[in-house]
Amino acid sequence: MQPYIKHTSIAALMDRSNVDTDQIIPKNFMKKVERTGFGINLFHNWRYLADNVTPNPEFELNKPAFQGAKILVAGENFGCGSSREHAPWAIADYGFNTIISTSFADIFFSNCFKNSILPIVVTEEQLAALMAEIAANEGVEFTVDLENQKVTTPGGLSISFEVDAFRKESLLDGLDDIAWTLKHEEQISAYEAAQKKRLPWLWPSA
Amino acid sequence: MTRTMYEKIWDANLVHEPEAGSPLLFVDRHLMHEVTSPQAFEGLRLQNRKVRNVHSILGTIDHCVPTKDRFNIVDAIAKKQVETMTANCEENEINLYGMNSNQNGVIHIVVPEHGFVHPGMVVCCGDSHTATHGAFGALAFGIGTSEVEHVMATQTLQQKKAKTMQVKVEGKLPACSTAKDIALAIIAKTGTAGGTGYVMEFAGNTITELSMEARMTLCNMAIEAGARAGLVAPDQVTFDYLEGKEFAPKGDDWAAAVEYWKSLVSDEGAEFDAVIELKAEDIAPQVSWGTSPEQVISVTGVVPSPSDFTNEVKSQACASALKYMDLKAGQNITDIHIDVVFIGSCTNGRIEDFRAAAELLKGKKVADGVQAFAVPGSFPVKVQAEKEGLDKIFVEAGWEWRDPGCSMCLAMNGDELKDGQRSASTSNRNFEGRQGKGGRTHLVSPAMAAAASVAGHFVDIRDWK
Repeated sequence: MQPYIKHTSIAALMDRSNVDTDQIIPKNFMKKVERTGFGINLFHNWRYLADNVTPNPEFELNKPAFQGAKILVAGENFGCGSSREHAPWAIADYGFNTIISTSFADIFFSNCFKNSILPIVVTEEQLAALMAEIAANEGVEFTVDLENQKVTTPGGLSISFEVDAFRKESLLDGLDDIAWTLKHEEQISAYEAAQKKRLPWLWPSA
Repeated sequence: MTRTMYEKIWDANLVHEPEAGSPLLFVDRHLMHEVTSPQAFEGLRLQNRKVRNVHSILGTIDHCVPTKDRFNIVDAIAKKQVETMTANCEENEINLYGMNSNQNGVIHIVVPEHGFVHPGMVVCCGDSHTATHGAFGALAFGIGTSEVEHVMATQTLQQKKAKTMQVKVEGKLPACSTAKDIALAIIAKTGTAGGTGYVMEFAGNTITELSMEARMTLCNMAIEAGARAGLVAPDQVTFDYLEGKEFAPKGDDWAAAVEYWKSLVSDEGAEFDAVIELKAEDIAPQVSWGTSPEQVISVTGVVPSPSDFTNEVKSQACASALKYMDLKAGQNITDIHIDVVFIGSCTNGRIEDFRAAAELLKGKKVADGVQAFAVPGSFPVKVQAEKEGLDKIFVEAGWEWRDPGCSMCLAMNGDELKDGQRSASTSNRNFEGRQGKGGRTHLVSPAMAAAASVAGHFVDIRDWK
């Protein structure tokens, strides 16, 4: 996984709540067996007109000022619905590495960390302030500093955020979490041996 | 110290809790389908890792399967996904109820049919509706594909402990109301984010009265309330359902297993982080009117207006939903006309669902201009329904009787709404475009869907003649 490094990037505004994973990547684009190439279909049904090719000029992310954005600022309960990791794959492939909202759905939230995406939870007031700053100055660049857990803006906002210590370390180092877990091979084997005695019917008979 | 069922399962499955890092939770059963697994197998291959416990996995092919002419997958990319699943399972000797199996069907229908999930297990699948298996008192939840790979390689998940919420439903459910209506009523109360961070335990005498299949419908939709998982305490209903099934404990193990399962129920006085209560008497048949499963109202109600909501976000969401759904505030729910009716999915694709629908369809005909199709959740469901003659009732009423699959729940297989079409659907999500770009979905119970197919609009089935 790519390490997450401090950056200053355009922040795009998506003033919608309950953005579900069916919107992030509609199911017609989930048939591929690869992890790559989903960015072109990110928000497909909102992003393109009926011909499925022409960008919809009404859709916020199609604004020229938001092109190249790495930060997405969106309304509450972002990523609800299906567990599809195709959603964060599409978000990362499009170019975002940070999403700021007041809340995220559980599965989507975990999936982000597996794909070098930092989901940042802020308060309602903080979100409103960030959104207002983008609305007043589209194309504005925010700075995200994971190490110091801070989002700063040219408008003078400085927002501290919480992040689980282990997840932070994993993002900063681009850690392979399977490799981390396999360091605990001894404990996993011991658990399995004990479970075979305790609940033998869960295991194939020898 | 008293513990909730969730805490007992967590404690029993905790492999290790390092000082720095993440707790590791042991995964007993891993369910799999073709859409969310190929990249996980590829990841294993690239790292030269192996599947740790093959016996813990059961797979099906369900999302991309056509429900007519099922072997003819015209979409080349979908066909490759199906072939990849088959090849991956063969290569790793994984038990797959694939395209040629007479046990094939929707993963969350097939797994219980074989008794593959037991109380107390930790169960996961790259699918949010894994919550279904909480009906057995198993901690069952959806994961992403990276975690699918992690489970295959390590048999564990890095997990954070969730908070607990008790959802208590007491009283007698009105005639014609079902587990689906309970689920929708709960989500209407909590909102789609109300359960975020929680595992919900459904309790109360209304819940204990439910059949296993009804409990599955209820737990299936826990994710729609944002909950990590739903749980129902195992009891005699659970044990009777499991006994004798293929993967259920046998012989002396059975008694030991039942003893263990009984010990899992939440202790008397165990504390939940949150409690919500509903009266069953208040739960009339429900219909969703918007583009989120929390936008739900009784069939006797009217479409709300944005001004009915004091919360600004909910008010905006209402306005945007009315626009997408092409509905007017104040319109009677029973005046909403539909074009397509779908009965099926991991929510409502079991035998009891088809029985309930057939009961209303006997001797009736589908309204002019309405397309209605029934998609059994699995081949065993289909075979059983045909044994009972239910297929004939559907067909004589003008319904199509199809082969199993996820079908129009998420419309990956070609069964979909056209732009602007409106459905009555027994599935679980009414998100924009879920059943086809521009399609409009109303979530209902199987009986409500059946009645709508005949009337051409929603009807209060309590008045059905």
